[in-house]
Amino acid sequence: MAGSSSRVPVAKTYKIYIDGKFPRTESGRYFPLENSAGNVIANMCMGSRKDFRNSVVAARKAFPGWSSASAYLRGQIIYRIAEMLEGRSDQFVAELVLQGQSKRRAKKEVEATIDRLIYYAGWSDKYQQIFSAVNPVSSSHFNFSVLEATGVVSVLAPNDSSLLGLVSNVIPAIVGGNTCVVLASEKMPLCAVSFAEVLHASDVPGGVVNILTGYREELIGQFASHMDVNAVVFCDGDAEVARDIQERAADNIKRVIARVDADWAKEDSQNPYLIKETQETKTTWHPIGS
Amino acid sequence: MSSDPSKLAFHDGWQYAPAPESTDHVSIDEQYELFIGGDFSKPEEERYFDTINPATEERLSSVALAGSADVDRAVKAARKAYSGAWSKMKAAERGKYIFRIARILQERAREFSVLESLDGGKPIRESRDIDIPLAAAHFFYYAGWADKLEYAFPGRTPKSLGVAGQVIPWNFPLLMASWKIAPALACGNTVVLKPAETTPLTAMRLAEVIREADLPPGVVNIITGAGETGAAIVNHEDVDKVAFTGSTDVGRIIQRSLAGTGKRYTLELGGKAANIIFADAAIDQAVEGIVNGIFFNQGHVCCAGSRLLVQESVAEEVIAKLKDRMETLIVGDPLDKNTDIGAINSAEQLDTIRSYLSIGREEGAEMYQSSCKVPETGYWCRPTIFTGVSQSNRIVQEEIFGPVLAIQTFRTLEEGLTKANNTPYGLSGGVWTDKGAKIFKMTQSIRAGVVWANTFNKFDPTSPFGGYKESGVGREGGLHGLDAYVTLES
Repeated sequence: MAGSSSRVPVAKTYKIYIDGKFPRTESGRYFPLENSAGNVIANMCMGSRKDFRNSVVAARKAFPGWSSASAYLRGQIIYRIAEMLEGRSDQFVAELVLQGQSKRRAKKEVEATIDRLIYYAGWSDKYQQIFSAVNPVSSSHFNFSVLEATGVVSVLAPNDSSLLGLVSNVIPAIVGGNTCVVLASEKMPLCAVSFAEVLHASDVPGGVVNILTGYREELIGQFASHMDVNAVVFCDGDAEVARDIQERAADNIKRVIARVDADWAKEDSQNPYLIKETQETKTTWHPIGS
Repeated sequence: MSSDPSKLAFHDGWQYAPAPESTDHVSIDEQYELFIGGDFSKPEEERYFDTINPATEERLSSVALAGSADVDRAVKAARKAYSGAWSKMKAAERGKYIFRIARILQERAREFSVLESLDGGKPIRESRDIDIPLAAAHFFYYAGWADKLEYAFPGRTPKSLGVAGQVIPWNFPLLMASWKIAPALACGNTVVLKPAETTPLTAMRLAEVIREADLPPGVVNIITGAGETGAAIVNHEDVDKVAFTGSTDVGRIIQRSLAGTGKRYTLELGGKAANIIFADAAIDQAVEGIVNGIFFNQGHVCCAGSRLLVQESVAEEVIAKLKDRMETLIVGDPLDKNTDIGAINSAEQLDTIRSYLSIGREEGAEMYQSSCKVPETGYWCRPTIFTGVSQSNRIVQEEIFGPVLAIQTFRTLEEGLTKANNTPYGLSGGVWTDKGAKIFKMTQSIRAGVVWANTFNKFDPTSPFGGYKESGVGREGGLHGLDAYVTLES
């Protein structure tokens, strides 16, 4: 086929996303991602524990700014993510197909992902009003409770729902002002990296979302145990995995959010209670007097 | 009399006549049994332990030591009540039972107050004006929620969880029991509760109240014991939800032991709250707030303002006024209505506090204690402050759970905030300033679940309480306190 008119296609190098930059893993390791025919699609970064720690530092650094950004701005930025994804939907469909999904299903998943982004963009300046309270205390005080982001959230994204599942777990955390470190689906990691490029083009500040690819078995312990992570979200694994994550999380009383068996394609899997799961309630008192 | 004419001499010149609360109307049984399935029964192994009055070191009574067989019996009774009467009952009727508990507590408030002070050592003024009325109010508040839960969770249907296993501390014995039991019952759950080893008596009296209120047998079971009994409740396979208030170390153990079980849990753990005083604060009021923050309930308060951060320009003035105020505090007989600071809850806790006093001095901090007399017998600690401490000192980092204050200074708002948040804990915080914008800047930026501005240590059943970071998981009190006792269905 190699004639003078044919052009050699340029393949993409899939990288990881830390602190708003696209490095390859510091470890220099990779794992080949193969299609069903056994051909190599890409050499994925085999993210290391050091990559994870660097990501947590970036996420912690980004937290004060992102959590104090206005709800309106966070909503605007998440809406922007949806716009960017819409514009690149063909690329995401192609990647899903490349990883073995049918074209029909792939298209449906990308569309559902865009709609999910719109859904949570709209919640940014509303969930607070649903879940806050002015408390009628008996003493002469003004007392109110509001939600605040819990901090840095580590997310073990679903293995089987590589785009929609990742977005369904990351966005509720960041719409509420958290920053996060995400481990992409090990089976189908391509869309996670391309989604990082979408985030990068959407005014999401560097460090708010950090995305790693790699082996779950190697990284899961760090995701659960790191002392500067405030909450861990996981979506896969048997009882043994769940036990391991929860045990490690206890080191710093991490919030453990188990979303195993969720069907992310169902409309019911989106709701503001997912936002609330990575929020803290703060209650403030002030005397009323002269 | 003081020789300094600028100072009021409180200690020698002003004497208060003793004003002890009478104990005649409070009868204490020789021995208390386990409250299981609506009846009082002996523990299987027939073992008992003493509970003493920490102000006199005299034995008050013996209480049953529940073993794992007794825990099993209690959980079975709770399960039976859950599948039987309690979950079939109309929510409004369930609420009426909880209202009954509230009313009886109000009627018997004086008896409960005296008993609380006898068994735990806290000043009668606090048990009378804070612990017992708040406990009754808590039952009142949650009673009303029983038939209104669907309004608390927009778009979702709340369902009860089943059997709640609850383990509570010794600092606010009856109040903590109410914080645990009231929302659990309102949401349709049944309960196995264990009071703390050193303060079981008001919980056993609450068992009598629950009988008097005629709750269906097994809806509330109260069993006494020590750490092993608590562990047996937490680890019982038929418990659906665990609620614990206590130290962060034990909280960690509980979170680990619940891993993989699918049990729900809430943890109210330790704290090391910063109480931040700005130069533009009303200084006299702030000094009252500091005193209330750290000396309330002998400092046995997880949300105590145990770190004072004072702006450098007023530090000297604030510390001088604080020392003056400390001189006026009366340490002694918990039953005396003049008493400000009662007995330390146990010999063990007194040892802990004393070890921190040594650590503080060894680390180079300067210790100051008021000069008041303390009784010869019983467990006492004078109000204590440390100055010249640095951020890395253990008395700044670790929870002491006693009347011991570590004082640091700061220059800018940012420095104060950085120091305040430099802790693994995040239960509470305080800020004192006359400037509104600064209040909101601070209350928004302190990483803690409860923030008091120009006040401290205020509590209310409608007001959610609970920590960020290593101070715990979940909230108790208020609308948000319901979350812990329901599962949400679409």
